[in-house]
Amino acid sequence: MKKTLKYIKPYSGTVAAGLVLKFAGSVAELFLPQLLGRIIDDVAANDALSSDQKLKYTLILGGVMLFCAAVALLGNIFANRLTVISSGKMTHDLRYDLFRKTSYLSSRQVDSVGLPSLISRLTSDSYYVNQMVARTLRLGVRAPILILGGMILAFSEDAVLACVLLACVPIVGITVFLITRQSVPVYFSVQKKQDEMVQRTQENVTGVRVIRALDKSKFETEKFDEVVKELAATEFKANKIMSLSNPLATLTLNLGLVVLIVVGALRANSAGTVLEFLQFFVIILNAMIALTKIFVVISRGSASASRIESVLDMNTEEEILSLPEGDPELAICFENVSFSYNGVENNLKDVSFSLRHGQTLGIIGSTGSGKSTLVNLLLHFYDAGAGRILVDGKDVRSYSQKELRKKFGVVFQSDFLMAASLRENVDYGRGLSDEQILRALDHAQARAFADEHGGLDFLLAQKGDNLSGGQKQRLLVARALAGDPEILVLDDSSSALDYETDAALRRALSREYADATKVIIAQRVSSIRHADLILVLEDGKIIGSGKHEELVNSCEEYALIYATQMGAERGRETC
Amino acid sequence: MLRTNVRDTRALSGRKVDKKFVVKHLFRYLKPHLFLLALVFFLNILGTVSNLVGPWLCGRAIDEIKPAGGTDFSQIALYAGILCALYVVSALLEYLSSVGMAYISRRIVKKMRVDVFAHLTRLPVGFYENRQAGDIISVLSYDIDTVGESLANDVVIVLKSCVMIVGSLVMMLLIAPLLVTVFAVTVPLSVFLTRFIVGRVQPLFRRRSQKLGELNGFVEEITAGQKTTRAYNCEEKIISDFEKKNDEAIRAYARAEYLGTISGPCVNFVNNLSLTLISVCGALLFMHPLFGVEMTAGGISSFVLYSRKFSGPINEIANIMGEFQSAIAAAERVFRVLEEPKEPSDPENAVPLENVRGDVRIEHLNFGYLPEKKVLNDFSLSVEKGQVVAIVGHTGAGKTTIINLLMRFYDPCGGKIEIDGQDISTLTRASVRRAFTMVLQDTWLFAGTIRENIAYGAGEVSREEVERVCKAAKIHSFITKLPNGYDTVLTDNAVNISKGQKQLLTIARAMLMDSPMLILDEATSNVDTRTEQIIQEAMTTLMKGRTCFVIAHRLSTIRRADKIIVMREGNVVEQGTHETLMAQNGYYAQLYYSQFESY
Repeated sequence: MKKTLKYIKPYSGTVAAGLVLKFAGSVAELFLPQLLGRIIDDVAANDALSSDQKLKYTLILGGVMLFCAAVALLGNIFANRLTVISSGKMTHDLRYDLFRKTSYLSSRQVDSVGLPSLISRLTSDSYYVNQMVARTLRLGVRAPILILGGMILAFSEDAVLACVLLACVPIVGITVFLITRQSVPVYFSVQKKQDEMVQRTQENVTGVRVIRALDKSKFETEKFDEVVKELAATEFKANKIMSLSNPLATLTLNLGLVVLIVVGALRANSAGTVLEFLQFFVIILNAMIALTKIFVVISRGSASASRIESVLDMNTEEEILSLPEGDPELAICFENVSFSYNGVENNLKDVSFSLRHGQTLGIIGSTGSGKSTLVNLLLHFYDAGAGRILVDGKDVRSYSQKELRKKFGVVFQSDFLMAASLRENVDYGRGLSDEQILRALDHAQARAFADEHGGLDFLLAQKGDNLSGGQKQRLLVARALAGDPEILVLDDSSSALDYETDAALRRALSREYADATKVIIAQRVSSIRHADLILVLEDGKIIGSGKHEELVNSCEEYALIYATQMGAERGRETC
Repeated sequence: MLRTNVRDTRALSGRKVDKKFVVKHLFRYLKPHLFLLALVFFLNILGTVSNLVGPWLCGRAIDEIKPAGGTDFSQIALYAGILCALYVVSALLEYLSSVGMAYISRRIVKKMRVDVFAHLTRLPVGFYENRQAGDIISVLSYDIDTVGESLANDVVIVLKSCVMIVGSLVMMLLIAPLLVTVFAVTVPLSVFLTRFIVGRVQPLFRRRSQKLGELNGFVEEITAGQKTTRAYNCEEKIISDFEKKNDEAIRAYARAEYLGTISGPCVNFVNNLSLTLISVCGALLFMHPLFGVEMTAGGISSFVLYSRKFSGPINEIANIMGEFQSAIAAAERVFRVLEEPKEPSDPENAVPLENVRGDVRIEHLNFGYLPEKKVLNDFSLSVEKGQVVAIVGHTGAGKTTIINLLMRFYDPCGGKIEIDGQDISTLTRASVRRAFTMVLQDTWLFAGTIRENIAYGAGEVSREEVERVCKAAKIHSFITKLPNGYDTVLTDNAVNISKGQKQLLTIARAMLMDSPMLILDEATSNVDTRTEQIIQEAMTTLMKGRTCFVIAHRLSTIRRADKIIVMREGNVVEQGTHETLMAQNGYYAQLYYSQFESY
């Protein structure tokens, strides 16, 4: 919370000015009931005054009341405005810093927080902090001033009547607070039931064909009805609790009024005083209710603030080591590399291989065999646990991240496209010319459909949802090619392509990017069979390496994969 | 926050709401609860009225207070007693009526959800093809919720407010008709101010939600692709993009809030203004009775209390009108779904398909998803029990069309399909669909245990049966290695198992169904080769002895197939066996060679 509050500091002048105005406005409002009492008691009911004087004083006091009302209006409006400025700017700064921090987090740090959580910190948490600051500045100040000021005025008027008032305040406060607290777990379970209902609906929409085919509509309907029934029951429970709050608060207020009248009568207070106190009563109790509502906002906001702070506190300093160099002739060299994500089991075990400039590496293996991990290490998203990785003869740890990654053009497994133009998606902030982009699209076999969709200005939907799987993959490949990289890494980037297009892409790669070193991860043998070196991975270990022809004979696993994919055609191919 | 976002963005795309349509349907839902509704209204009015009598009694009590010992305490005690009783009763009534209304609205919400869902299960499959899952979900959750909330809260508040306004006006008229003229100034002022501000503020708030939504969308997108950003060294570019959106969001926030936060002080000002006017005018009347109207201190006090009860609800109703609008728009979307035409029911003389052998004949079939665009032209095919039909073609070539027709998800425009010599249009849909088992590329599993997922569709089956098919599908050993074995709960979209394993589970499910005919989609993208091999073995086991329609991706399958249907851009372009098609040297041959082409 502390760190978050620091973000208000630059705007403390604005905040202070706002508070002063708010204070002035609230105090002005507090004088109104007192003036009302004065008009009745000291003027209207005062027989010592002549009727002319009475009229004069009434109008004067009325004028003062009007003045107070105007001060309250202007004070509050301008105070609110200042509050909006300071809370808005503060949120802006906090969000900016959080996003900057997030952008530079290491993969390890991202893993430790988790992606969904990171996103919710940037979105909903920052929203709740904003809410907290804005509400607290706006109402959190006004309410205590009204309560405190009201009390002071009340005590200065009549201590005993003020005590009646004082007694009611905690009662209302505690009631509203208890009800709100009671309702929180119920609302939590309402949320859970609601999620369940959404999930059921989702399942039924996506599985509509299966459900119809299996004739299970009735069964699904019954299951859904069950969830809806539970949801309705839980919601009703929440309703019952929340329905208590209004009548109880009003009841306390009303009963307090009655006590006030009785006490006033016993103590022979003037009618004007009792009237005045009734007004205090309304003001103070409304402020109480507002205050309890703010508590909810604050408790939620401070939880969000601490979640945000835990990210802001992370260290993103880059550490560049100076380490011994290796053979500069080798574009990529892994020397006895082992690695583990969780520190328990190794995801890569003792992996060694090397690749000369312009050569092609093919990697094949089952899910979880360590293919993508290898790419993660190559790009230095993670540090190798043991062994070393050299790029152009230099240890990846002795590069700055920028320097290292400049060499690469990458397509990750299930890489992402954003809701932006086709141009922006391929360019990806590198400032490439249209010519370069079009050339890359051409080579990635994406030119034809790009033109069909209206060229570089075609707008993609979020995640590129308005393109087919194959089109998305080709666009991603174009992105990797567009920068003319020294090393090209394609992780499972042709699985959705039909064989025809896949072959054309391979041809373009070898023709146009002959100098680039290529790392191709694939599930189809046909995508990698012409590589200079093929690695077969299983459980993080290399179980076969060599050229296609060698592996077919030497690596049982590889031969099996090949046979499966080529079917009975195996005997025919001789190229 | 999310909820207002949804509301706002949907309100944006608002065409004119058909109110008559909404009211007609809504009444259908209210009808069973009319008695309870009347009771709630009655309780509510009673509660509000008793609440209204309070200030009047307060005034009477204050008038009884006389300076220096002149007070009749028995009178005061009497008033105090009546007041206490009155307030307790009023609070009780208020509570009961709002609980009653909540009950009614929950019942209606429940009924609506059940109805909408049941209707969804009777809609033709085509309905789902033109819609995003998210849209259907938001009708079932957000929209129905909006209607329910509005029923539960807004209706009671409006009713109460109306009674309050009328009641306090009557009371004030009784106390001091002349003082009421004060409201001739303040009420129009307050209504004007609220309407003015609300009118200006609404588009600003919509813009604010929209900008915040854009910012959040951007964050979600970019954060998910963080690795790509790092790989391309474009953190700074992304940060500056973010900064632009952040700035816009804050600007929109500030503009909306500037105006939005004015309304509170304004309403307060109008209330203070009326308090001032009442005090001054009240005092004047106190001094100089006009038209024989005398004003007491108690009278002024009652009047002030009523005036607060009077102006509060007016503002409240003005605020609620906006919510009503969105509730009606939401209700319309709900009822529109209910109006969607159902899948035509089976003809009366339809018979169930029984003891299926699995011979399929397609004769002179004509079909198009749109009447003006035919995709099948005079298509004929005959398949005998146990044969394999491979359907090949590029993605998007319309390979699922034939399956849609076989399963009667769509009906042909001409020609007919026969199973075992019976025209399927004369059979019940459910029985035709049950004769097939589908294993699709998008494996569909639901949140439930592995056992439930496999037994889904087969009804009551023994443990052994489930394990038998899992062994046959080569997934048994994987399942037994899971901590909870067959009772492992598959979570949201089944992320705790791999895609390949999901496919194996659906194959096991299909084996358990033991249907005479099979529809298979071989596509296994994103499945690694080792698993793919296992899947293929499992599929081969599954296919034995069944009539199979396979959306084929593997040459081995295609070569083995008894019939091959080649599709291109939605149409069947070639048909035959591998040998005859290769001899034709047409589109199929071209497709076939592309896999073996080297560079």
